[in-house]
Amino acid sequence: MKKKFTKVLLTVLAVSTAILVLIPIVLTITNSFMAASEITSNYGMIFQKTETGGKGFISQTVNLKFIPDMVSFSQYFTILIKSPDYLIKFWNSLILVVPIVVFQLAVAFLAAYGFTRAKGKAAAIVFFAYVILLLMPYQVTLVPNYLVLDWMNLLDTRWAIWLPGIFSPFSVYLLTKYMKRIPTALFEAARIDGANEWQIFIKICVPICKGIATSCVILVFMDYWNMVEQPLLFFSDADMYPLSIFLSQINAQEIGLAFAAATIYMVPCLLLYMYGEESLVEGVAYQSSVKG
Amino acid sequence: MKRKLQKTKVQWNKEKRQRAVSGLFLTPSIVGVLLFFVLPFLVVIYYSFLNNPISKEFVGLENYVNVITNNAFKTAMGNTLLFSAIAVPLVVILAILLALLLDSGIPARTQLRSCFLTPLMVPTASIVLIWQVLFDYKGVINAIVTRHGGDPVEWLKSSAGFLVIISLFLWKNLGYNMVLFLAALGNVPKDAVEVAQLDGAGKIKIFFIVKLRYLSPMILFTSILSIINSFKIFREIYMLTGDYPVGALYMLQHYMNNTFASGDYQKLSTAAIYMCLIMIVVIGIMFGVEHHFGKDIEEE
Repeated sequence: MKKKFTKVLLTVLAVSTAILVLIPIVLTITNSFMAASEITSNYGMIFQKTETGGKGFISQTVNLKFIPDMVSFSQYFTILIKSPDYLIKFWNSLILVVPIVVFQLAVAFLAAYGFTRAKGKAAAIVFFAYVILLLMPYQVTLVPNYLVLDWMNLLDTRWAIWLPGIFSPFSVYLLTKYMKRIPTALFEAARIDGANEWQIFIKICVPICKGIATSCVILVFMDYWNMVEQPLLFFSDADMYPLSIFLSQINAQEIGLAFAAATIYMVPCLLLYMYGEESLVEGVAYQSSVKG
Repeated sequence: MKRKLQKTKVQWNKEKRQRAVSGLFLTPSIVGVLLFFVLPFLVVIYYSFLNNPISKEFVGLENYVNVITNNAFKTAMGNTLLFSAIAVPLVVILAILLALLLDSGIPARTQLRSCFLTPLMVPTASIVLIWQVLFDYKGVINAIVTRHGGDPVEWLKSSAGFLVIISLFLWKNLGYNMVLFLAALGNVPKDAVEVAQLDGAGKIKIFFIVKLRYLSPMILFTSILSIINSFKIFREIYMLTGDYPVGALYMLQHYMNNTFASGDYQKLSTAAIYMCLIMIVVIGIMFGVEHHFGKDIEEE
């Protein structure tokens, strides 16, 4: 009896925590379906830059609402058709992130196979150097990146984001961890059957790594989809900024649009999540096999 | 004898070929890493000892002294380290508790896990709006505070901003760390737990005596991961408060951005090297601690 009671209590605790975690997401989405007037009357005072602040009595408080008074697609209509600003920024985000994901994975697949097949100390030392590099925060790597991009005259071009992103060693690390667990006998058997090294790589190694590659795609995509530091430093032209930076600079008149833009910005991520959740969970767990 | 020699020669050739092939596969990545990270980092080290990159006069440790005595740098470094020191232990401990909760045999474990992991898949830029609505001076939280007779708080424009940022950090990173701990809990050998149960140990005792030891490599890993993520908190602060936050939220990345804007390369280089040294020391200490505590299970 007591055991059952504890179980119910734990379940309630877990479910309510989960709801708490989901509330901000749900709010963003439902708010995007409110008409401009409703948004302004709910939140207008927050985003207006008035100087009446002070420590006085708050007469007008915001109105946090889950369900719109009337479901309206007007915000989406404005973003998608009337004013192209948000769409251009969304496109900026896509064009910056997708090539990084694709080519980082391509480079990483090759390198991970190289590390897996390599014997001897040299490869182990190089891999260790990659891990150290992986542990360095942006505050360390951005300065070297900036210097070399400046030297190559690539600042203010998209290459400034693409190139360091493509060669960033995150996927190499994760893929190598995984490939090292593939039994060597599998590769040897293929060789005896007459396959050359490239065929072994393409036909045996790559298909086995499909799941882990999916989780690489998701993690790399999310990291760069959130990017702020690099465009701020490498682009002087605000027109090239991704939507992530643009969204943080909205003003009072556009607050309603911002919710819709925020929701649209979530869509690719949530689609990826739905498609690859299982692989993601597996991949996240794999990352940690530090000693593997 | 001759035959044996031939055989080793063939084997040696095979090894040499293998080395060449794996080298070939590694080339694109190594070239890129050298070009964009390693070589320019050597330049960064070189710059940190110059008065400026144009006249290239060697000044010894002058930049190091200047940067570390600079007030903006001290504030930025202090805030960044303080944030990590609070946020990282908090996220690790809460993630363990959450993992234990999901592992305690409650129903709908998979669905709950999906819920907790969702924040990882929501772009920060999308969610910052809600945090603004919640924590603005005229926002929801202050509305609740005043309704109960309290004084409103300038959440985003005072040192209370630290709490706001920590809440956002926890929201975003908790699920990810929890998944890591769930995986680790799955690897705790069942017989070890059973033996403890037979000895009459309670659930809490089992956790501290048995499970915690098997979790220790994962605690190390998530801590390192969380430290790295905690240095990325600039994104959230920038999106919530813009270029010039209050002093309490002035982070290392703000300092770097301002120094970039003034084009002070030798200062930037020096700051980057300080950061790099701190990371190496912190990670070194953590590996040392884990090695000390994790030793006995590896021997078993």
